[in-house]
Amino acid sequence: MVHYPAWDQDEARSIVSGLSHLEGATLPILHALQEEFGYVDPQVVPLIAEVLNLSRADVHGTISFYHDFRTAPPPRRIVKLCRAEACQALGCDTVVEELAREHGIVVDDHGSQEAVVETVYCLGNCALGPSALIEGELIGRANADRIAALCGARQ
Amino acid sequence: MSEAIRIFVPIDAAALSVGADAVAQAIAREAQARSVAVEIVRNGSRGLLWLEPMVEVETLEGRIAYGPVAARDAAALFEAGFHKGDVHALRLGPVDELDWLKRQQRLTFERVGVTDPLSLADYRAHDGLKGLERALSLTGAEIVEEVRESGLRGRGGAGFPTGIKWKTVHDASATQKYIVCNADEGDSGTFADRMLMEGDPFLLIEGMTIAAIAVGATRGYIYLRSEYPHAHKALQRAILKARNAGLLGASVLGSGKAFELEVRLGAGAYICGEETSLLESLEGKRAIVRAKPPIPALQGLFGKPTIVNNVLSFAAVPWILTHGAKAYADYGMGRSRGTLPVQLGGNVKRGGLIELAFGISLREIIEDMGGGTLSGRPIRAVQVGGPLGAYLTAQQLDTPMDYEALAGIKAMLGHGGIVVFDDSVDMAKQARFAFEFCAKESCGKCTPCRIGATRGVELVDKIIAGHERPKNLAVLRDLNKLMTDASLCAMGGLTPMPVMSALNHFFEDFDRPPAERLPLAAE
Repeated sequence: MVHYPAWDQDEARSIVSGLSHLEGATLPILHALQEEFGYVDPQVVPLIAEVLNLSRADVHGTISFYHDFRTAPPPRRIVKLCRAEACQALGCDTVVEELAREHGIVVDDHGSQEAVVETVYCLGNCALGPSALIEGELIGRANADRIAALCGARQ
Repeated sequence: MSEAIRIFVPIDAAALSVGADAVAQAIAREAQARSVAVEIVRNGSRGLLWLEPMVEVETLEGRIAYGPVAARDAAALFEAGFHKGDVHALRLGPVDELDWLKRQQRLTFERVGVTDPLSLADYRAHDGLKGLERALSLTGAEIVEEVRESGLRGRGGAGFPTGIKWKTVHDASATQKYIVCNADEGDSGTFADRMLMEGDPFLLIEGMTIAAIAVGATRGYIYLRSEYPHAHKALQRAILKARNAGLLGASVLGSGKAFELEVRLGAGAYICGEETSLLESLEGKRAIVRAKPPIPALQGLFGKPTIVNNVLSFAAVPWILTHGAKAYADYGMGRSRGTLPVQLGGNVKRGGLIELAFGISLREIIEDMGGGTLSGRPIRAVQVGGPLGAYLTAQQLDTPMDYEALAGIKAMLGHGGIVVFDDSVDMAKQARFAFEFCAKESCGKCTPCRIGATRGVELVDKIIAGHERPKNLAVLRDLNKLMTDASLCAMGGLTPMPVMSALNHFFEDFDRPPAERLPLAAE
């Protein structure tokens, strides 16, 4: 379980300036911010724009283009479930259905859930699917019960 | 006390996904409890993924494999004397004698699973850096010529001759040139790049360094997808070690030639596998594809001449430099030279990584090596070459793995991924998914891809629902032709391939009695 500190604009500023020397620094900065706070607060946009000499629209455009970046604090636990073809061939759609039917977990529903199961397309574990990724840990031969247990594992 | 017994437990993500860490811990615990001195080496995976975690024990007769090992097996394994290579129900025999490995021709993957991926000493002991050392004794033009003569074509999917790309960058004059590795292995059914980066990361570093020396580039980036956290860790550690050992930095192996290498993480966008959108992403922008020309070899990263190659393309180069272009070109068939790491996945009994010279048939791979479906039901469809590749029927499986042979049946080899489906698959649903995926992942720059994919989903829904079927089928064929002809890059241009192959080979799935209710998107 990852616990993130609340957004701190001063800390954000020091992350941004610490990485601004990199060539094409935007993605490394956004990753570093998200790693620190769990998300990228929109109030950092003018700051990045100023430091990297970009327009605010450029920075906003980059943040919103990529599936990985969040602009609000994340749920307590995120399970990424692969729904690409190789996992489809091994019944990942059944896993999605069972999660909803047996466990009341709707995949990609970001409502008020503490734990969220998100769709990803391929985790590179195509011979041992269905696959899921949770906090950097890859899980092979996953099923609905196991994923539901991971979602509820928070104490 | 005798020397510690070396026991190998893979650290490859696939092995970890089925419990390799717990196995390593259990073995360490049992060994300590029994006062057996062991050294646990975390190797890459040999690619027999259905046997993971596959544990190997070094004995006087060579390495003996056991698998699949669960943590709870550790005590019984020691009871049976597995640390001496003795018999146990999980014993598979000497690794080198395993049929799956014996049939392969491993050039690029020769060290993966054999060595400790993060030991530079181990890398050197297994012929590592010989290619780079030879490259440093040649001129840039000579290196490029060697790569050209080998016949190596880009392993990322497009199959463009690597030597010609390198020559373009070599001949360009610029103050700065770049080497970029496309490690955004987003295609479903492919995992060879990941296995290589986790199992032999120095090989990629060596290949990229040779490219840099060849064309006079001093900076390089590995653009890695964020879905690969284990590969990220392995690459970062390997680069640090390489830098500390003088393999990277201001003077590569004391040659006076500089090469700095960095890993950059993607952020969950499939389109970044397309080389120009990857470059946009590296520059910090939205990953919108660029129109070509200009080609990246002339105006690539930050507008400078750039080699963009796939992980496996770079990883093939050290072997070519070590053994010579001809030795490499002697493998393969037609214009597909050398070897191809094939990735077998989906509904298959024995899935994993198989490196072979081009030319083996799909049937040999799926039936002989793969053992048919995991479910035990008949094979109905096989998708080759990722989500934009064609679906083939069981009758088409005698086609050889070769760029031209697959193109001949309106399919593509792509990055060498094979995904097997049994007879429970609904091909109209798979066609719909191809459009849905394209709609989700389209960069949005060109209309055929951005709008076409969304229209495609609606059309397939209408067809499934039995709504004016003949008319909508005609529109679907027309849309596919338009997307193929008018899309800016392969994302929109190839999405029709899975759709049309499903439609042409599995028409019965599109011609079922109408569903009771129109699906949402068609309303």
